[in-house]
Amino acid sequence: MMRFLPLRELILGGAVLILLALIATRFPGFVAPDNLANVFNDTAPLIILALGQMVVIMTRCIDLSVAANLALTGMAVAMLNVAMPDLPIPVIVSIAVLLGAFMGAINGLLVWKLAIPPIVVTLGTMTIFRGVIFLISDGKWVNSHEMSPAFTGFPRAQMLGLPVLSWAAVLTIIVFAVMMARTPLGRSILAVGGNPHAAVYTGINVGRTQFVAFVISGALAGLTGYLWVARYAVAYVDIAGGFELEVVAACVIGGISIAGGIGSVGGAVLGAIFLGVVKNALPVVNISPFWQLAISGSAILIAVAFNARAGRAKGRIILKSADVTP
Amino acid sequence: MSIITKALTSAAMAAALFVAPAQAADNVRIALVVKALGIGFFEAAAKGAEEAAEELGNVEVIYTGPTDTTAEGQIEVINALIAQRVDAIAISANDTDALVPALKRAMQRGITVISWDSGVAPEGRQMHLNPSSNPLIGNMIVKLAADHLPDGGDVAVLSATTTSTNQNIWIEEMTKVLGDYPGINVVATVYGDDLADKSYREATGLMQSYPDLDAIIAPTSVGIVAAAQAVVDAGKVGKVNVTGLGLPSEMAGAIESGASKSFAIWNPIDLGYSATMLAYELSQNGAETGEGAEIPMGRMGSLTLDEKNEGAMADPFVYDASNIEDFKEIF
Repeated sequence: MMRFLPLRELILGGAVLILLALIATRFPGFVAPDNLANVFNDTAPLIILALGQMVVIMTRCIDLSVAANLALTGMAVAMLNVAMPDLPIPVIVSIAVLLGAFMGAINGLLVWKLAIPPIVVTLGTMTIFRGVIFLISDGKWVNSHEMSPAFTGFPRAQMLGLPVLSWAAVLTIIVFAVMMARTPLGRSILAVGGNPHAAVYTGINVGRTQFVAFVISGALAGLTGYLWVARYAVAYVDIAGGFELEVVAACVIGGISIAGGIGSVGGAVLGAIFLGVVKNALPVVNISPFWQLAISGSAILIAVAFNARAGRAKGRIILKSADVTP
Repeated sequence: MSIITKALTSAAMAAALFVAPAQAADNVRIALVVKALGIGFFEAAAKGAEEAAEELGNVEVIYTGPTDTTAEGQIEVINALIAQRVDAIAISANDTDALVPALKRAMQRGITVISWDSGVAPEGRQMHLNPSSNPLIGNMIVKLAADHLPDGGDVAVLSATTTSTNQNIWIEEMTKVLGDYPGINVVATVYGDDLADKSYREATGLMQSYPDLDAIIAPTSVGIVAAAQAVVDAGKVGKVNVTGLGLPSEMAGAIESGASKSFAIWNPIDLGYSATMLAYELSQNGAETGEGAEIPMGRMGSLTLDEKNEGAMADPFVYDASNIEDFKEIF
C-alpha cells in the first residue's frame, strides 16, 4: 500500500508537467519561473483548503461549508479592520483562525454528538454562514479604500522571493506532512477512515477524531478567509461562491478516496496545483470562454476516472476451482 | 336644528372640501417614494428632488418610504399619501405588479403617478423614468476607455457570466458604435463570472496575453474592482486603465491608486431631480404622456417617451478623481 501511494503522485505530477508543456506550446510565457510562482501564489488558498478538506474526507466526512466559512471569517476580519485599523496583523490572523476553528467545531459537534450525516450538517451550516455574513454586513461591501494598507499588504509582502500567501501554503504543507506521518492524530485520522470499527478497538474515539478534523478544516478556512479578503481587497456576501466544490475536486483529483481512509498530503497538494494550473492557463491560451467550463470539467472527470481505475483493489479469486467444475 | 341649517352646514362643508385642494395647489406637494429609507442612493436622490423643488419654487417634496424593502410597506405609504391628497407620487418600486392596485387608486383620485429607477407595470403609472438606456451605456463604456486613449489602443472587455443578459446587451451596443472611435481595438472579451477571484485571474490573463493592452472595460461592479486590483498587483498602474460600470464607494480605492482613471454609473442626484421635474410637469403644466412625447426636466434637458411610456434620463454619470470624494459616502 505504501509503495502504491507515491506512484499515484508520480502520475499526477507527470500529468501536471504534460499540461504545462501543452500550455507552453500555445503560450510560452506561462512556464517562465516568475509566472509559475504567480500560479502557485494564486493556487495557495486552494492548497490550504484542500489540505483541510483532506483530513475531513479521510475520516469519511465532507465539509461543504469551507467556502462559506472563508467568506464569513473574511467579512468579520475586514469589518474588524475597518472598525479598528490599528489592530496588528498577527492579532487579525489569530482571530481569523480561531473564528474559523469555532465554525468548524460547530460542524464537528453536530456530526459527533448528534450523529447527523456530515453532508447534511455542512450543507446547512454553509447556508447559515452565508446568511450570517448578510446579517453582519447588511449586504454591504467592505472596499479596498476602507481597509488599512497593512491589512491588504500582508499577503503580498515578499519574503525570500515569494509572497506571504505562498509561504502560508508552504508552511501548511510542511505541518500537514509531519502531522499525517508522524503524529498520533494523523495516524488516527487514517485509521478512522480506513476502518472505524477496528479504530474503536485500538482505543481511538472515532467521533472525536472527526470533530478534530472539522476543527482543522475550519481553522484553515478561517486563515484563508483573511488571506483571500486581503488579496482581492474586497469583502462581500458572495466571495468564494462555489469554491467548496473546487476544494473537494482538488482532493478527489489528488486521489483522496471519498470513502475515507486513503489519501496523502502530496496527492491533495498536486490535485490543487493541477486545478490551479488549469484555471490560470485557460485565460491565456485563448480558448473560447464557452469551452473553458467544459474543459475544466473534463479535466476533473478524466483525472477522477484515472484515479478510480488505478485505485481499484485487485480482487482475490478464492474459489477459482469452483469455476472449472464440469 | 332646522332642515335649512342642516343643509347650509352640509353645503359649507362641501364647499370647504372643494376649496381644500385648491388651497393645497398653492404649494405643490410631490411625494418621492423610495424602496426603503436609509439607503445612501435614495438619500442622494432626495437631495436632487430638493434641488428641483427649490428651482420650481412652489414645490414641497415629501421624501418617504418603508423601513424595509417590501411591497407591503410601500402600499401603506401610498395609501397614506392618497389620504394626504398629495399632487404627485414618484416611486421607485419594490415590486412591479404588487403596487399597481394602490397606484391605480391614487390616479383615480387625480394624483399624478410616475415611477423611476425601478419601474411599475404600465397600468400602474403614467410614465417611467429609466436612469439610462442600453445604447447610452454601450456607448459610454467604450467612450470612457477612448477618452484616455487619444491615439487609439488595445482594449479588452471583462464581463460577468457568458449568459448575463445586461452585460451581453451592453457589449453588443458597444460593438455597434465602435466605428465612432477610430483606433480603438477590442482584442478580447473574457468572463469573470462576477466572482472576485475569477475576474482577477481573467484580468491577469489579459495583461499576459496582450502585453500592449491599454484598457480593460468591465461593465460589472465585481469585475471592475477585481480588475483594478489585478492591475495594481501586476504593477501596471498607468499602463492599463480599468474602466466600466461601478459604484463610487467600491471604486474609491481604485481611483486613489490610479488603476482606474474614471468609471460611470447613474447619478442618483440627477435621478431624483429629474423625477421631481417630470412629476411637476405632468401634474401642473398638463404635459401629456404617450409615444414620442417630449417632457422637459429642467437642467437635464427633456425626456422622450417610447411606446411603453418609458424614457432614458441621460448618459451614465462619469466619476473620477475630481468627484469621487463627494460620492463615495453616498452609494
